[in-house]
This record gives sequence, C-alpha cells and structure tokens, in this order.
Amino acid sequence: MAEKVLMKGNEAIAEAAVAAGCRHYFGYPITPQTEIAAYMAKRMPKIGGTFLQAESEVAAINMVAGAAAAGVRTMTSSSSPGVALKSEGISYIAGMDIPALVVNIMRAGPGLGGIQPSQGDYWQCVKGGGHGDYRNIVLAPSGVQEMYDFTKLAFDLADKYRMCAMILSDGVLGQMMEPVAVSASDAPPFCADGKPWALTGTKGARKPNIINSLYIEPDTLEVLLDKRYAEKYAACEANEVRWDEFLTDDAEIVVTAYGAPARIARSAVTAARAKGIKAGLLRPITLWPFPKVPLAQLAETAKAFVCVELSKGQMIDDIRLAIECKRPVSLCTRTGGNVPSPEEILTAIENAAKEAV
Amino acid sequence: MAVVFEKPKGLTDAPLHYCPGCTHGIVHRLVAEALDSLGITEKAVGVAPVGCAVFAYNYFNCDMAQAAHGRAPAVATGIKRANPANIVFTYQGDGDLAAIGTAETVHAAARGENITIIFINNAIYGMTGGQMAPTTLPEQVTQTSPYGRDVTVAGYPVRVSELLATLDGPAYIERVSVDSVKNVRKAAAAIRKAFQYQSEGKGFSLIEVVSTCPTNWGMNPVKALAWLREHMLPYYPLGVYRDKGAAQGGADA
Repeated sequence: MAEKVLMKGNEAIAEAAVAAGCRHYFGYPITPQTEIAAYMAKRMPKIGGTFLQAESEVAAINMVAGAAAAGVRTMTSSSSPGVALKSEGISYIAGMDIPALVVNIMRAGPGLGGIQPSQGDYWQCVKGGGHGDYRNIVLAPSGVQEMYDFTKLAFDLADKYRMCAMILSDGVLGQMMEPVAVSASDAPPFCADGKPWALTGTKGARKPNIINSLYIEPDTLEVLLDKRYAEKYAACEANEVRWDEFLTDDAEIVVTAYGAPARIARSAVTAARAKGIKAGLLRPITLWPFPKVPLAQLAETAKAFVCVELSKGQMIDDIRLAIECKRPVSLCTRTGGNVPSPEEILTAIENAAKEAV
Repeated sequence: MAVVFEKPKGLTDAPLHYCPGCTHGIVHRLVAEALDSLGITEKAVGVAPVGCAVFAYNYFNCDMAQAAHGRAPAVATGIKRANPANIVFTYQGDGDLAAIGTAETVHAAARGENITIIFINNAIYGMTGGQMAPTTLPEQVTQTSPYGRDVTVAGYPVRVSELLATLDGPAYIERVSVDSVKNVRKAAAAIRKAFQYQSEGKGFSLIEVVSTCPTNWGMNPVKALAWLREHMLPYYPLGVYRDKGAAQGGADA
C-alpha cells in the first residue's frame, strides 16, 4: 500500500526523480520552478547524489548532456525563458541519441513576460524548440499525482528510446499541493550497466565509445535521420500515445485541454451536461506523440471542438490537423498568467453548441 | 629489435586532418603520451570542442564526446560528476573557450571542477577560415579585422591563464608553447602534471598552449613559429600561473 504524502507539484517531480534513480540534477534558479532545485539541493547530498547549480541554463543542459552521455539518469528543470536557453542543448541531446529529462514549469511570455501560469511554450517544447529535425517525448500532467507518476515514466521512456523526455507543466501545477501516493524512494541509482554506449572509459575491454552529433557527409546524416524517424520516433508514435477521455462517448461538443486547464474544462463539461449539452473532454497526456487517432475518431461523431489553452492558439493547430479540419474548432484562451473560469469555458461550449446546430 | 619510437596508444590510427605546420598534431600527441604514461587512457573520457579540433574524437583512443560550441567544460562537468573515477578532459580552441564558452570555462575553474582543459591559443578562428578571436593580438590582421585589430573598436585580447589565476578554484594553470623542442618538453611535463593532479583529486587544471595557425595567419610554418615568438609570447608569457601542489604559486615566467 503506497503512502500518501501532501506535496507541491514541484516537490513531487523532484521526489519522483529520486525514486526513479536520478542522482544527477543540474539547474539554475527561475520562478516558478525553483522548488525543484531547492528540493534537490536538500536531498541529493544525503543520498550521494549531485546537485549542481550551474552558471546558466545553457551550462545546466550541457551538464545534463555530459551526465547522460556518461550513462546516469539525469535531469534539469526550468521555466519558459530558461527552457529557451536550454534549446541548444536539447537539440544536441537529440543529435547524440542520449536520454535525459527536462522539466518546464511554464510561465507567461514572450520575453520576461510574467511569473504566473501559461501554456505559451507548447510550440517551443512540442515542436522541438532547438535547431534541426528532431522530436522530444512531451508529457503533460494535470495534477500533482501525475507530476510524480509522469516523472518516473519520463525517465523510463527517455532510457527506452534514448531521447529527451519533457514534463510540460505550468505554474498552477508546480505550486499547488495535493496528496500523492509515493512509491519507495530508496531505489538504487540508475547506472550505466545497461547502457553499453555510455562514456565510462574503455577499461581496456572494448573500443572507445563516441557520442557525437556531427556528420559531415550528407548521405551519412540523411541515413541517420531517416533511421531515427523510421525507428525511434515511429515507435513512439505507435506505442507511447497517451490521453484521457471524459464523457466523450456521445459527445457532440468535444473540449480539448491539457495540464491545469483540463481540470477546469472538466468542470465546465459537467456543467454543460447539466444544461443538456452533450459535451465531453479529451485531454492529451502526451503532447508528442499527439493523440491524433482518438481525435480523428471523435471527429466522426462530434459536431464541433473547443480547444482550451493558456496560449493564443498553439495546440489548436494540432487538433485541426488531427481531425483534418472536418469539424469547426474554436479557441477558448486566457493568457498573461490568467486562467479561464469554468463559466468562461462553459460559455465557449454553449457558443459552439449553438453554432453547430 | 628494440622499439625506439612509436605512436602513443592513446592515439588512433586515423590520419590527422590538420594543416601542414599546425601545432594541433604535437599537442594531440602530448595529451596521448601523458594519458599513456600515467596509465589512465582506459579510464579517460575526452570532450571535443567546436573548431579545428572538432574531430578530436576520431584521434584520441579513449571514450569521447563532442560538445556544442563553448560548452565542453559543462559537458565534462556532467561526465565527471556522473563517474568521478574517470579522467575527464576537454580540448578547446580560443574561440570556443574564451568567447562563446567563457562562462563555462570561468565557472568550471571557479568550482575547482576536477577536470583538465587543454586550451589551444592560436589567436584566430581556424575552422571557419581565420576570423578575429578573443585572443587575436592588437593590430593583427584577420578576415574580420582586415585593417588589423583596432582596440578602440574590438577591444583587447583575453589572457585566459592570468584571468583564471585570479580565482581560488583552480589547482594548476600553466601556459606553455610547442614552438621548440625545449618548449615541447615543458609542455609535455605540464600536461602530464595536469592529469596527475586530476588523478590525485586536486581539482581544476588548464594548460594553455600558445600555438600557430600557418594557414590562417598566411605564413609558412617556419615563419609562423617565428611570428609566435616575436608577437605572441610577449603578450602571452609562458609560465605557471597556479600550482596548488607547489610550495609557492604564482608565475615563474
């Protein structure tokens, strides 16, 4: 029987990382994710781990790249402007085929923006952010328990596919407290034994390992990219799509939302049902790979979609692509650090229902 | 028959791509010899920079990573923290280390990170074809200082060894050159000592090697060596800038 502990979302991520065997955390302070660093600073020295406050986000992600190349479970966390700085390193991690966890507790932008919740980094994280063709696995928790569970899942997926996994969350989830069922946190540190490609020194027992992202010959690089897309990324799309549905079986109006707004959207869907509107909610859990198939299936029977997001219409593009624009999709958004009330989302549902008649 | 001369085991058989007269080849050899002589090649992990030495991963016969431009000390930090028993080194040029990677360099040194940095200072960006580097001398002509480095516009060169020696973190900093047999021997001893210190857990070490770039300096190799002695060594004095292992620190140049 798992113990339940009252935790902040940010603390849940940190504790889950420890439970997953992560002993190497590199970060840089930025609101609203700093509790992760603070937690790691307390925790890591007690369990023989490394907490290192880097000189910059750029340095932190490259320290993660080094530790990942050396075969250990490693992570960094930041918030929107800091993740922009990490994008260089995230691209290299993709090019080097090494596993790492990057947590983004989003705040409002652009620029310094504000420190209140936002989902304005959907494009930055889901579409890559850095240079070149690559993908990240992006998980979007919607509660503190999921902050905990998805952190462990993210490490497993990163190792399984040797790529960067991201937790894309927001200031609401980072800061709020909920009871969390935690597993034993004395998991042994994950080590390089199962990673024969890791840079651990040859010990005279094998040829040198090289971890690199440079391929000067065009054909070599193209073949490598083709292989990465055909095998690794295709396998993610085949096996790792995750989502949650609520009252969608007979839904005429399908609301889509991820993260904290999905909780508000759920209340709005319930309220719409009480008013006789057949509303439902599809909540993407993996933002990449995106739940295209269930959305396309819902488009067969639904009349309209409402996309709720704390950004000026970013995820809505993926909704439209998934349903091939077969149904109208309206945007319900608040930005600047604001979140929509259930009534605002209910109004959006009612408007969509009226127009769909 | 006794072998009197052979390639270090720390180097692979890959032919070096460096230009004729470039001193990278000498320094590669010195690094490999140091690793071999200390018996640490098998636990060494190197980090290649962006610059002429970007392909260093093909030449050093040990585990190697290739870092983003300037980030080698951060990548090396991650590797070392993951597996402290490994001997971790970076091999970086002046643009990589003293321009785009200044923060990573300074803070790895300030932390006393137990890694070794081999720093090639040839006063120019080689790989991209000869642009002004942070170490380009005043009045020196490069592709991006075509009228000579004007210090009123482009500022002054960075003396990395002196800069880092102001920090408490580093254990060992020495500036050497490979322009003569005598200096090659001194450089070999310095590089060996840096790795020795890392093996003993003493902390951060950096060996700055004042080097030539005949191709981008527009000189033949012999003239380049003469230019190095005449212009670079007065601006970049050779010597020990920090030695925590010695009774007294400070420059001996």
